[in-house]
Amino acid sequence: MPFVYLDHSADLAIRAWGSSVGEAFAEAALAMFSKMVRADRVRPVIAREYALQADSLRGLLVAWLAALLVPKDLENLVFSRFDVDVRTTELGLLLRGRALGEPLDPERHEPSGEVKGITYLGLDVREEAGVWYAEYVADV
Amino acid sequence: MGGSLSVFDHMERVGDVEWTLAPHDGMLVAGRIYADAASIDQLRREADDPKGWSAVRQLKNVASLPGIVAPALALPDVHPGYGFPIGGVGAFDLDDGVVVVGGVGFDINCGVRLLRTPLRRGDVAPDIDRIAADLYRAVPAGLGSKGALCLSTKEIDRVLREGAPYVVRLGDGIESDLEYTEENGHVDGAEPDAVSALAKQRQFQQVGTLGSGNHYLEVQIVDELLEPKAARAFGLAAAQVVVSIHTGSRALGHQIGQDSLREMASACEKYGIRIPDQEMVCAPARSPEGQRYLAAVACGANCAFANRQAITHLVRTSLARSCSIDPETIQTVYDIGHNHVRIEEHEVDGVARRLLVHRKGATRAFGPGRSDVPPAYRECGHPTLVGGTMGTSSYVMHGTSAGMELAFGSGIHGAGRALSRNQALKRFRSDGILSDLAAKGIRLLAHDKRGIAEEAPGAYKDVDSVVRAAAAAGINVPVARLRPLAVIKG
Repeated sequence: MPFVYLDHSADLAIRAWGSSVGEAFAEAALAMFSKMVRADRVRPVIAREYALQADSLRGLLVAWLAALLVPKDLENLVFSRFDVDVRTTELGLLLRGRALGEPLDPERHEPSGEVKGITYLGLDVREEAGVWYAEYVADV
Repeated sequence: MGGSLSVFDHMERVGDVEWTLAPHDGMLVAGRIYADAASIDQLRREADDPKGWSAVRQLKNVASLPGIVAPALALPDVHPGYGFPIGGVGAFDLDDGVVVVGGVGFDINCGVRLLRTPLRRGDVAPDIDRIAADLYRAVPAGLGSKGALCLSTKEIDRVLREGAPYVVRLGDGIESDLEYTEENGHVDGAEPDAVSALAKQRQFQQVGTLGSGNHYLEVQIVDELLEPKAARAFGLAAAQVVVSIHTGSRALGHQIGQDSLREMASACEKYGIRIPDQEMVCAPARSPEGQRYLAAVACGANCAFANRQAITHLVRTSLARSCSIDPETIQTVYDIGHNHVRIEEHEVDGVARRLLVHRKGATRAFGPGRSDVPPAYRECGHPTLVGGTMGTSSYVMHGTSAGMELAFGSGIHGAGRALSRNQALKRFRSDGILSDLAAKGIRLLAHDKRGIAEEAPGAYKDVDSVVRAAAAAGINVPVARLRPLAVIKG
């Protein structure tokens, strides 16, 4: 599993990784939803598309994760599969992402806790020896 | 070469439960920590681990922000948060100071409301399973839950501007609920235009929902009166049945927090504010960005007051029906927030000043005589509500005159976590906790079955010790200890 939960006494600290920024961001999203629901039981049947822009990879990570929290309140949607592409354009860093999931079914998805927001604590996106890491702390 | 100094090397014990963090490395003021020996040991361990999160390092960051007027404070339930430590208090000059998103957090004006009932333990004990099941059904909770109030854009703007009084006017409450809610359930300066459309949309169906995580509803017994005179003023008697509601501003607050972090990060750059860590993003209080945040945070505060008011109505209706009592005999003792920034008047070095007081995981605890304390409570100070864990006591306390001077009239808000959620999941099992609680006569009804272990009583500090430390510091006075009979977790 390319993410781990780190120790933080009040909140949820996550380190996710992948062979590209996009992969690390996809795992970062899966880690977040794996906290809230049994993500392995969430069927990837409804897709939502995202195009996000930011000045930094860290800003882009927060924007991506925060955007994914919105559909649970507006459409009762939770996600379990993510495809992310991050590239540098003339306009700055651009993320194109797709999240797949389905409406929350409490019986099947066994919700647990709720991510309230993505903080700037320990926020980091970096590359080490060909592996991209995305680290963040979510308020739960 | 010796190792670099830990932040803890700048700590000095100055009293039984009082430590000072000497100004160093960019701090503009000192830090002051009220904590017992066990908490201090924990703070030291955190501070000595450079890779971990440290509440003392976070307190140092607070003390480094522009315009802070007096020592940054950590109260006895202190533990690491983001931005401010939880249990952290920081007061800033209105003209030269900053507003800090991490001094309020995502759950704006999260807090506790305590309701008293005319019932005694013997009236509910035989039927507690049915009573708890009725409450569990009556109050929407858990991820994806929807409130009974489904609001339009126009209505949500009224909730944000007016707070709890709007809900009472809709018929969900009684006038005395407002009299005994902090700020009468409505803070000034709320400007719905300062809140994004997205934040409002996320809230449409969430007014009157409990949420999840550490939010709860508890049926409790007044187990012991510790300060009988104040208890009488608060309408509390031994063996009385009371109900605590712990929740906040839900998705609206979460989105305001998220939007504001981004805006404050830009403001920091724009105004050239040097912050010690990215988690401390802030804006000058007088800047358009700072003013906009304050207007938005007031909306979040009003939303939280409205939310606890809507839940009060659900609890009142359910409990009155379950126990065959008049709903209006279920009355609000007090409603108090523990994540906020407020404009308040305090004396600093003998001079009265209007300040921006941030309290993150800390309540107001105004002492005797303040005009903003309800008249019935003015002789002792208003109640503060200290949430325990689902297996341990909660407390009612009140503020003191000394606390007004020492701590800007602030109080502890809970036990404070000792273990991370990760550690708790490794150490505890939900079924074991359920049987431990049952052995203590506590019913637990949880929407979130998997989260029970994360919220295990053993994952928190000992609330009794935390309360003793706050009392020893002279800032809060214990009035009554409450013991849970039934716990409903979000």
